[in-house]
Amino acid sequence: MADLLLSPFADFAFMQRALVGVIAIALAGGPVGVFLMLRRMSLTGDAMAHAILPGAAIGYLIAGLSLPAMTIGGLVAGVVVAVAAGLVSRFTALKEDASLAAFYLLSLALGVTIVSLRGSNVDLLHVLFGTVLALDDSTLLLISAISTITVLALALFYRPLVLECVDPTFLRSVSRAGTPTHLVFLGLVVLNLVGGFHALGTLLAVGMMMLPAAASRFWTNDITIMMVASVAIGIVSGIGGLLLSFHAELPAGPAIILTAGGIYGLSLLLGREGGLLWLAWPGRHLEA
Amino acid sequence: MLTRRHALSLLAGTLALTALPGSGQAQTGGKLDVVATFSILGDLVKEVGGERVSVTTLVGPNGDAHVYAPSPTDARRLMDAKVVFVNGLKFEGWIDRLIASSGTKAAIVEAARGITPIKGEEDDHGHDHGHDHGHDHGGLDPHAWQNVANAKVYVANIRDALTTADPAGKGAYEAQAAAYLARLDALDAEIKEIVARIPKERRRIITSHDAFRYFQEAYGIVFVAPQGVSTDAEASAKDVAKIIRQIRREKVKAIFVENVSDPRLMERIAQETGARIGERVFSDALSGPEGPAGTYIEMMRHNIRAFSTALSS
Repeated sequence: MADLLLSPFADFAFMQRALVGVIAIALAGGPVGVFLMLRRMSLTGDAMAHAILPGAAIGYLIAGLSLPAMTIGGLVAGVVVAVAAGLVSRFTALKEDASLAAFYLLSLALGVTIVSLRGSNVDLLHVLFGTVLALDDSTLLLISAISTITVLALALFYRPLVLECVDPTFLRSVSRAGTPTHLVFLGLVVLNLVGGFHALGTLLAVGMMMLPAAASRFWTNDITIMMVASVAIGIVSGIGGLLLSFHAELPAGPAIILTAGGIYGLSLLLGREGGLLWLAWPGRHLEA
Repeated sequence: MLTRRHALSLLAGTLALTALPGSGQAQTGGKLDVVATFSILGDLVKEVGGERVSVTTLVGPNGDAHVYAPSPTDARRLMDAKVVFVNGLKFEGWIDRLIASSGTKAAIVEAARGITPIKGEEDDHGHDHGHDHGHDHGGLDPHAWQNVANAKVYVANIRDALTTADPAGKGAYEAQAAAYLARLDALDAEIKEIVARIPKERRRIITSHDAFRYFQEAYGIVFVAPQGVSTDAEASAKDVAKIIRQIRREKVKAIFVENVSDPRLMERIAQETGARIGERVFSDALSGPEGPAGTYIEMMRHNIRAFSTALSS
């Protein structure tokens, strides 16, 4: 048993690198996902993940499979869409979800168009779906740096962030930190999506944020514990997904997200806070 | 699916034949408009057709015909064409629908018709396939042009199809085809000679996309691939681990990156095993005209030189 779990990582450097990569992504992705969820911005995260696509595609068109070009392209595109969607909903009659949907569809279409502009689109497909098995030194450094920055920034802005989740009106009445906090948070989301897409691709990167966060919500009401739980779930999904990919011959990126999805499903069923079983037999609460 | 394609091509073929008497006048600029689905096939058609035909390729240099997404322009090109050359053997999965939806009356010619197909299943050693003819339509390896002998079949098919579509050019097509076939014979001999100079136990290569089965069978260099036959299958961790184990166990000397697969994965494997990364080789598509593999003959020559350099050093 231990052999099944350990030997893939002990024998192969690419598995070790993939492991380091997914742990780094889970460390930052979990807490960011929890905040996204509590602020009812889960779909915003998804929309922004798609928004990165045209930016990364342009970076690829200009400089090929170059880490900085695609990172910068993705960052710029993500920030532009986040800010533009915010502005449109603030200054026009359109609500934020509608404007986000518009921007996300636009960027998806734009991304696919840019992809087809270039004859050789298979490299780009690899980029869009990520290559968690082929993380080189610079990509690992980038992902770890993003995680570090994210965790530090979350620690720094923890209070206003939590307050804005629970009672934004109160925060606005006592402090002017609301808008900057929101912007910093959006920046962190984009940063983590860009880090995640190098490993999992633009379409799946958001999965390592939202699925662990959503699963952890079923286990606790305490936001701190929720973040710890989401990080733990993220790491377990990463390891489980890599092992699944190793033993069952599944593509690695989707296997990781599917494992996270499995944990989400279990939490949905068994979770102590509003899980289906506990709702069906409320009496169990008294036993527990 | 193949039967439907046959039916379609038969239908389209008869339509084109009945329309033939008038079609001579409809040529634009005096040239016969033909379409080839991918760059290698396009090059062969150009060699045979010469001045008399104008060739359009749908999937350009460095593109991957397995997962190509056709555009409306492609449908229009099919409409304008008198002959459409496809590889066949299910190489272009998207072509059936494109032909049906474009409503083209062009003759559809399967260039690979008449070659002996190799089955596409996982097969690490591939010496004796027993030349079983494909009863199983699904699992055939379409990359037949990697054997020069098959390319000669392509050329004969192209010559016949062009002659049918444009009988006035019969002499020209036959002369050009004959000249080209002679060059292919020389190429075939050259490849065999280069392979003969590589020690037998060193003829093992890892490449990222399993497209060299025909090359392997014809010339005796053994290829191992970390992915299945199609580039649209993503390699799993187990596949990569298998390759690394195999390189270590069999002391494979060289890894080759193709122009259509993920080079980062190859680099990871190379770093982990100490095998050499060879030059870029070309399997499914030509490079641009200024690249090292602008034509079919240049491509084959480039590939065999790259293989032999990495294996002999």
